[in-house]
This record gives sequence, C-alpha cells and structure tokens, in this order.
Amino acid sequence: MKGLKIIVLAKQVPDTRNVGRDAMKADGTVNRAALPAIFNPEDLNALELALRIKDNNPGTTITVLTMGPGRAAEIIREAMYRGADKGYVITDRKFAGSDTLATSYALALAVKKLAPFHIVIAGRQAIDGDTAQVGPQVAEKLGLPQITYAEEILSFRKEEITVKRRLERGVETVSAPMPLVITVHSSAPECRARHAKYTIKYKRARSLSELQDTSEDYLQLQKDRPYLVIQEWSVDDIGADVEQLGLSGSPTKVRKIENVVFAGRESRLLSSSDDDIEDLMKELITNHTVG
Amino acid sequence: MANFYSDNKDLKFHLDHPLMKKIVQLKERDFAENDSCDYAFLDFEDAMDSYDKVLEIVGDICGNIIAPNAESVDNEGPSLVDNEVKYARGTKENHEALTRAGLIGMSLPRKYGGLNFPMVPYVIAAEIVSRADAGFANIWGLQDCAETLYEFGSEEIKNEFLPRFNKGATAAMDLTEPDAGSDLQAVQLKATYDEKKDTWLLNGVKRFITNGDADISLVLARSEEGTMDGRGLSLFVYDRKDKALTVRRIENKLGIKGSPTCELVFKNAPAKLVGNRKFGLIKYVMALMNSARLGVAAQSVGISEAAYREALKYAEERSQFGKPVILFPAVYELLRNMEVKIRAVRSLLYETARFVDIYKNFISISEERKLDPEERNDQKKYQRLSDVFNPLLKLIASEYSNEIAYDALQVHGGAGFMKDFPVERIYRDARITSIYEGTSQLQVVAAIRGVTSGTYLGIIRDSYEKETFRPDLEYLKPNLVKMTDEFEKCVKLVTEAEDSEYLDFHSRRLVEMAGNIIMGYLLLKDAKRDESFLQTAAIFTGIAKSQNSERAEYIVNFNKKDLGIYKYNFEI
Repeated sequence: MKGLKIIVLAKQVPDTRNVGRDAMKADGTVNRAALPAIFNPEDLNALELALRIKDNNPGTTITVLTMGPGRAAEIIREAMYRGADKGYVITDRKFAGSDTLATSYALALAVKKLAPFHIVIAGRQAIDGDTAQVGPQVAEKLGLPQITYAEEILSFRKEEITVKRRLERGVETVSAPMPLVITVHSSAPECRARHAKYTIKYKRARSLSELQDTSEDYLQLQKDRPYLVIQEWSVDDIGADVEQLGLSGSPTKVRKIENVVFAGRESRLLSSSDDDIEDLMKELITNHTVG
Repeated sequence: MANFYSDNKDLKFHLDHPLMKKIVQLKERDFAENDSCDYAFLDFEDAMDSYDKVLEIVGDICGNIIAPNAESVDNEGPSLVDNEVKYARGTKENHEALTRAGLIGMSLPRKYGGLNFPMVPYVIAAEIVSRADAGFANIWGLQDCAETLYEFGSEEIKNEFLPRFNKGATAAMDLTEPDAGSDLQAVQLKATYDEKKDTWLLNGVKRFITNGDADISLVLARSEEGTMDGRGLSLFVYDRKDKALTVRRIENKLGIKGSPTCELVFKNAPAKLVGNRKFGLIKYVMALMNSARLGVAAQSVGISEAAYREALKYAEERSQFGKPVILFPAVYELLRNMEVKIRAVRSLLYETARFVDIYKNFISISEERKLDPEERNDQKKYQRLSDVFNPLLKLIASEYSNEIAYDALQVHGGAGFMKDFPVERIYRDARITSIYEGTSQLQVVAAIRGVTSGTYLGIIRDSYEKETFRPDLEYLKPNLVKMTDEFEKCVKLVTEAEDSEYLDFHSRRLVEMAGNIIMGYLLLKDAKRDESFLQTAAIFTGIAKSQNSERAEYIVNFNKKDLGIYKYNFEI
C-alpha cells in the first residue's frame, strides 16, 4: 500500500506504577500533579504498529492526536522523535472532568476534522482509568468498523487490513475494510527508541501554551520551521457542543474511593515441595489466573 | 528504565569539556549547514544539547536491549549456515535497534546520512555500547570503516558505499592473514587488475576477521606483484553482494563470543581500489588502526565500567562474618582502586579523543581551503599528540580492563567463577583488548617515540605543569613534578646508552611512567570542574607515585650487561 494516512490516539497519563499517598484528590479524581506524566504504555504499542506500517509503506503519514492539558504536547514530541509526522493537542478548560463518553465525542470530532484517513489506531486502554472504552466509542461515533486487542498487522489487500488479535485464551485473525479503528494490546511489540535525527529535528517543537509557560523564545524559529509548531485545538476548533463535554457531558460519576489493603488472611503458605507447587499450578490454571 | 548514559555522570562531564567549543566550531564549519538540513545544529549550545540527547538514546538502547541480550548472545554466538554468517538472535535485535534509531554512521557527514558527530560523543557512545556488550561493540564499532572510506575513497566510492551505513550496512576490515598478524607487511592476498572485466580481483585467505561476512569489507591486498614489503600493498573495498567470498569457518573464542571471527577465502572477488595504489598499509591502514585503537580503548573502559559495577553490587549484597563484604578493607580497597583507575584512564581516553578531533578536522578543512599558519601549527601539534597518546591510551586502557575484570571477579569469590554472574563473561571479554589492534607490546613500540622525542615531557612540562590547580590540591602537584623529574632522569639514563635493545627492554616501564604522570595531571585538571575528582586524584597520585618509584628503582639499578642473562640462545 502506498501513502496510508494513520491517526494515532494517545494519552498522557500519570505513572500509576509509582503511586504515592497523594495520588487521589478529595473529589475522587486523579491528582495528576502528584504523579510523573508518561506516554500511556499501550499507546506506545499502537504507535509502534503505526510506525511499522509506515516502514513498509512509503508515503505513509502518522498524525498523533491527544487530549489533555497543554503539557500533553510532550507526548506528541515523543511520538515525533520516533517517526510520527505531526500532532495536535486538543486542549481547553471546557474539557476538564470529561469521562470516556465525553472524551470519545471530542476525539471523534477531531478525527473527522483530519479526514480522509485509513486507520485510527490507539492503545487498548490507559493505565489511569483502565476502561478500554475510548477506542471502541470513537469507532461507534464515527460509524467505523473496529478491531480491538490487536497484536500484529498481518497484511493489506486493497482497502482491507488483516490483524492478529490477542485474546484471553488464544489468538484470532480478522480482516476489516478501511477506514477503521484499531486498539492495540500490550503484547504487541514494544515501541522503538527515539531516532537520533528526528530527536535533533523536533526537540524544539512546542505548542502555543508551552511557549507561554516558558521563557523559550522560539517564535522566530517556528516561523522559519513550521514543523516545529504543535497545533492546539479548542472546543471551537473541533466544533463541539459544550454540553456534551466536561462534567456535564460525563455520565460517569465516582461514588466512593476505597483504599484496598490486602490482609494477611488472603495469603497462603506453601512449601517448596513438588506436590504443593503442582496443586497451586492446577488451581491457578483452573481459575484462569494463568494459561 | 535503565540508561547507560545518564546513570554515569562522568560521561556528561567529559562531553562538557571546555575544548568542545573549538571542536564543535571546526566540525560544524561555523554551522553552515543549518539552513539546508533540518537536523543540523543551529549553534554551539544546540550541538551540545543534541549530542546529549542522542547519547541518551544510545544509553536507552544499551540499558534496555543490548545489555539484557548479552548473556544469550554469549551462549548462542553466531553460526555459519550455507556460507553465510548468521548473528545470534540478540545480536540481530541489537543491530536493528541501533539502525532504527539512526545510530550507525554517527560520525559521517550529513550528506551521507550521518550525524556529523565529532570523536568525543562518538567515543562516549562506543564506551556505553561496550559496557552493555563488548562483543557486540565490535560489530557496531566497525562503522569506523566508513570513516576510512570517507577520508580516502574517491567520490564514486563515497557515493556508492557511505549512504548504506546509516541504513544498517555492516562492515569489516580484512587485514590479518595466517602469516601476517602483527607484521602486516607480510600480507599475501593477491589483487590483480583484470583488463577485460575492468576491475580488480582479489584472491587469497584472510584469518581472524571480525565480522568477516559483512556487507562492506575493506581488504588489504598485495597489488604490486613481486614486492615483499608494505609498499606493495593497497586497500580495496569489497561488496558482499558480489558473493565471491567463502567463509571457511567461525573461530571458537575465549570471549567476545557474539562477534563472529572468520576465516575467509577470496576467489576472484571483484573489488574497488580505495585511494592510491601502494598506500594501503603505509597510509590508510595506519589511519584506520589509529581510530580502531581509540575504539578498543573505549571498549576497554566500557568493559571496566561493567566489571566495576558488577563487583560493587555484589560486594554490597554479599555478607560474610555478619556484614556486607564491602566493609572489609581488603575488598573496599580493590573496589576503590578499580573506580580510580577507570576515572583516570577515562580522562586519558577523552583527552586523546579531543586531540584526534582537532587534527582530523583540520585535515578535513584543508581539503576545502588553505589553512592559515596558525591552523597548520595547531594541526601539527594535535596530530603529534594524537600519535603518541593513542598507543599510550590503548596500552593502559586495555591492561586496566584486564586488571579490573580480574579484580571484579575476585570480589565475587567462588560465585564469580560460576556462569551465574555476568562477571565471568566480562572477564573473558576483557582478555582480547590487550591483544587485538596491536598487542600491548606493539603499543609500547609506538608509544616509546613519545618518550624519546620528548613529546610526553613537552606536554607535561609546558602545559599540564603550568596550570594552577585548586588550593586544596596544590599539595599533589609537587608529587607529580617529582615524578616528572624522576621520569626525565630515567629517560636520560636509558637513551644516553644509545643501545636500541636496552631501550626496548625498558620501554614499557618508561611509557607507563609517562602515562601515570599524565593521568595524574588530567585528574587534577578534572577536579577543577568537578569536586568528586578530588579524592580520585589523591588516590591515583599516591598509587602512581609508588609505581613509578618502583620502575625507576629497577631502571637505575639495572646493569646493562645483565640483558644477556635474560636472553635465550635461539638460532633462527
């Protein structure tokens, strides 16, 4: 295939692998300021699949879309260091508090603005919410077919794509017509390292709100090198209805946050004998913890 | 996520050396390219920041891909399948990751797809790759061949071969033969010009060739029939696509097992002449060997760093007699000495890399325009320094890496002798460094010129000794001055006799004395920029002083007539 147009949906997430005391705010939402912000891991898997399509199909372009505060431009840069062509940050105070429904509404509008395209690809889920809803909801709102839990892109034939899915107890090979939405599982190849030349080229790429926040004077540079501009889109830019955004557009309400501490009675003491280990393995296989 | 660059702040320290301003200015020709190329640097700060960022990528790949693969690569090794060398799985993955990140051909000009990196950041990258896997560092490091093609090849050769490096082409430098090892003048592989085919054809055998089945091979061959010495040799470039080469076998080695060492048979293999006929050994291979030696020095320092870290970790974790073994003087002295040696030789490594950077840049600029007298002087000065620092560095770095790997294994006790810890692999990998690209004994032959010509003494007396150091370190300087006096006395004693065998006999001692003084001063200089070098300089000077006294004592008390009792009565 020549010249595919791919849109990668990515999210900057708090690194929930390093959760501390102040990870949650009193209202039950995540305290983003307290956790280091990273590129959502499965979105990196999605980016890698997109980059592999680009490696094998010259002329392919990759556009990264992210929704979040101005500093989310950081993950656009990270994607560009690895071979993405450009990116947009959908950012506006009016998006604050959006759940998956409101988020997918906004993302779907932004994707539409970038049409025509062949593939929208995203991580299966983000490590902050673990819902795995946004990708499928975007597909529904756009009226596009979707392939979830993708692990590998197998082939392209005319306007059709064949993908290997990683399921709980095996793999499944499915084909679907393009354009479509794909969500990617963590068993897909890890994302490649940054590329030296792209890193040098794009290290000064900034969004407008980033420039306002720092003393960096890149305006002239951006005029000479337009590829250093990371565009920001507001509610108006994507033509969204404010009612469907933020808290008002989000039916999800957090009722209560519970701190779960595993108590000692939930643990069992095993000996290192072969019998004990075999019994445990059998039990784990039966209850699908492993296998 | 491990990062082998950012977890070692000494690397950034050496990258940030004040002389970099001059090096970057020369290398970037006053930043002339930044309008035409979107990854060219805007200014000095941008260049330095870019080196830093690219080295972070190298550190990332080394920490997260290459180092974790090292054990399996060592076990699996390369294999020979249908006359083709197949890399171990991990080797292939390493190479692909570096290629994908644009890290092959780093020092090539941008017009050939390179990053136009000076030696200093390139050598830092080489050190990090070697720390991750010394065997793999050979495969990656052979991108030096691109440098040789760039320096000496015709436009046609440059355009044909250079852009392939950045796309992941592998390289080999085919010099050694069964009867031509240290003595390359004895190379016999034949190059004949075939008028009908309008090409050179290579016929013969090469042995111990690292990465022998590479995409692009530089081959030293005898182009002048009837000649017997180095003046009959020329350098050729052979393209693997021509499939005129048989890999007879892959050697089974003690260490660096991931790096395929091949015996090759060339049969009517078409090849292109690089540069001029007859210059193969005397000019091109000499230049190639110089960068290869810098490469082995970087590899040695990388191996030392890996060994030291393994030893340190083990000494903290292992308890005996009720406490971690790191708390025993016998162990902490070993560890501290390793650290001090690494820092000392690393300073020598990057000092040498800077010298090479400056003179090579002037050579390259002189091809574009005439150098002014001051620039010509600079070129000569730094070339002279490189010529004597390079063998000194290779000697010391490789010997240190063997000593440090030995001590690191010792810290592990019996566990270190088992395959369970990486240190046994590191120990085996270190062993080659003092052998290939010229044995330690041959490095001394080259470095002794720095002693007899007064080049070492010159830089010590005229440059290092004239510097003022931190007041709290000034007390170390008189020690170094005394060591220099002692060195001068020994040199005088040995050279005055005008007996070359007597000089040869003591030359390693003299070269190592010079090395100790130079490293002592370099650490004092480093302490001006970073306080953590204070104690390193103090420990090193103490050790170096006693080592030099021992050597001086031996030389002074040695009776020239006693040479005879060392000799063997062996008839040729």
